[in-house]
Amino acid sequence: MTHYLLRRLLAMPLLLLGVATMAFLLGNFVKGDPLASILNDRQMANPEAVAAAKARWGLERSIPERYVIYVGNLLEGDLGVSFRTKRPVMRDLLDRLPATLELVISAMLFGTLAGMAIGVLAAHFRNGPVDHGARIVALIGSSVPVFWSGLIALYVFSVQLSWLPGPGRLAPALKPPETVTGFYTVDALLAGEWGTFANALSHLVLPTVMLGWAVLGIISRMIRASMLDVMQQDFITTARAKGAGTLRLLLRHALRNAMVPALTIIGFSFAYLITGAILTETVFSWPGIGSYAVDAARSLDHPAIIGVTIVGALAFLLANLLTDIAYVFANPRIRLE
Amino acid sequence: MIASPRLRIPTFGLSGGTLPVALGLLVIAFWVIAAATVQFWPLDPPLDMVARRLQPPSAEHWLGTDALGRDVLSRTLHGARFSIPIAVLVVVAAALIGSLLGALSGFFGGILGAAVMRLVDVTLAFPPILLAMAVAASLGPGLENAAIAMVVVWWPLYARLMRAQVLEVREREHVEAAVAAGAGPFRTLFVHVLPLCWTPVMVNATMDFGQVVLLAASLSFIGLGATPPTPEWGAMISDGARSFYHWWIAFGPGLAIFVVVLGFNFVGDGLRDLLDPRTD
Repeated sequence: MTHYLLRRLLAMPLLLLGVATMAFLLGNFVKGDPLASILNDRQMANPEAVAAAKARWGLERSIPERYVIYVGNLLEGDLGVSFRTKRPVMRDLLDRLPATLELVISAMLFGTLAGMAIGVLAAHFRNGPVDHGARIVALIGSSVPVFWSGLIALYVFSVQLSWLPGPGRLAPALKPPETVTGFYTVDALLAGEWGTFANALSHLVLPTVMLGWAVLGIISRMIRASMLDVMQQDFITTARAKGAGTLRLLLRHALRNAMVPALTIIGFSFAYLITGAILTETVFSWPGIGSYAVDAARSLDHPAIIGVTIVGALAFLLANLLTDIAYVFANPRIRLE
Repeated sequence: MIASPRLRIPTFGLSGGTLPVALGLLVIAFWVIAAATVQFWPLDPPLDMVARRLQPPSAEHWLGTDALGRDVLSRTLHGARFSIPIAVLVVVAAALIGSLLGALSGFFGGILGAAVMRLVDVTLAFPPILLAMAVAASLGPGLENAAIAMVVVWWPLYARLMRAQVLEVREREHVEAAVAAGAGPFRTLFVHVLPLCWTPVMVNATMDFGQVVLLAASLSFIGLGATPPTPEWGAMISDGARSFYHWWIAFGPGLAIFVVVLGFNFVGDGLRDLLDPRTD
């Protein structure tokens, strides 16, 4: 086991170099002239402007030279400068990270908790209407395009019913709370601004539910399956014989054991969350990394796109590694080669 | 490199009856027929388009009209012409390229085999949508480029799957017998090994159709796939997203994506239970 984890850890730097290389290739073999997305037509016709831009963005160097510089910069956390915002990509990403984290964490919490509740109910009322309903909810979650369900939700709950606010993180009239964590909800609480807190929270509801739905689907199916598995085991019969009530039986005895396999699905759901966050943020005008990536892609801002891709790969690799570790620790019976 | 512990997406437990599979097949058949025939259908006449712009659903326009007065239902049906062939193309190309490289890597091994698998590892290190976005952005917007980007994202899954299959099958006795009888390496691989490796590839391919439809629409929604005025579903939703007071512009194409993905999930689930006896 230690051997396996060690090998995984040792493979990481190589994988990261591979990721950097692929990102470099993607950024440097752009169809058409990369300068075309920086300069306008009149500047492109002016040789002086072209030469100046080439020097500024380091495009006059050879490809291998650029590669070495690029990897060196990456090691220092330098992802280059965005064509669009003219700021370092790393700074842009760090500025937008809290918004994304706030959304992703709350979606993860919602998806996990609601998924567990639904999974337990579905297992308890197996093959009944509750179970069928849970199945349908899970299926919708994994088949519906979130950029569409988000629009529908906005229309129904914001435009028609006016229960929840429209897109964005905060009502335009409100001032964001003083930055401590960057999470508007937490910062508003810390500052004691209850109105701001309530507003930020209400803005968080729709994107959280829409983004967390896919996770809910996966977790609820997983919990249902492993609950059914656990409920057949002897210790459940014993607990029942000793007089444990249904609720206690389900939550104390069965769920605690059924959660082991579900724990590992969290890393797996992370892939859904990254994909989902990009689309959800776009629909809800959420000023996070996802909408940054989409803006970058739309304006062919290559340094920004590649930067987001690298950071995304880093997060993804880390999540997978943690999943593997959790898998080993949560279930000692698993032996990895 | 190192196989990570295999995590399986739990089934939705639809295996109980054939009803979901039949339903899924029906949905897919509908959209395939739509994709094949819609260009022969009478397109709504481009008359008075401005006069009837942004109309909510009515008896005349079942799904309403968009900002340019185009009938949303008609455009949604036309969308099948793009989404269905692209999904088929991407899945088939990714499965063929991935399986071939995976099979060669598994059967012959060596430096080339190792190189292929390292490339697989690196590609799979990226979150799929981000890599697809980066590739599509490098190639420039357009449906063809989005399709290429999706093949780039998808082939490694098949390479890994096929390699594992080939590694297992090539140890079987009939392969040993074939080699002893004088079969060359390519004959052994293509005649004696590969025919036994296709089942999981087929199952995965079926499951992937829906995901590819979803990713293609996502790329178009972002603005990297189909460009206006192409009636592609993702692009149409992007159009509708500009004014969500006119909800019907996005409703039709979104429903189409949802139904198609659901259909493929139904069929994929059923096929997996049928072909893969290991699932309960």
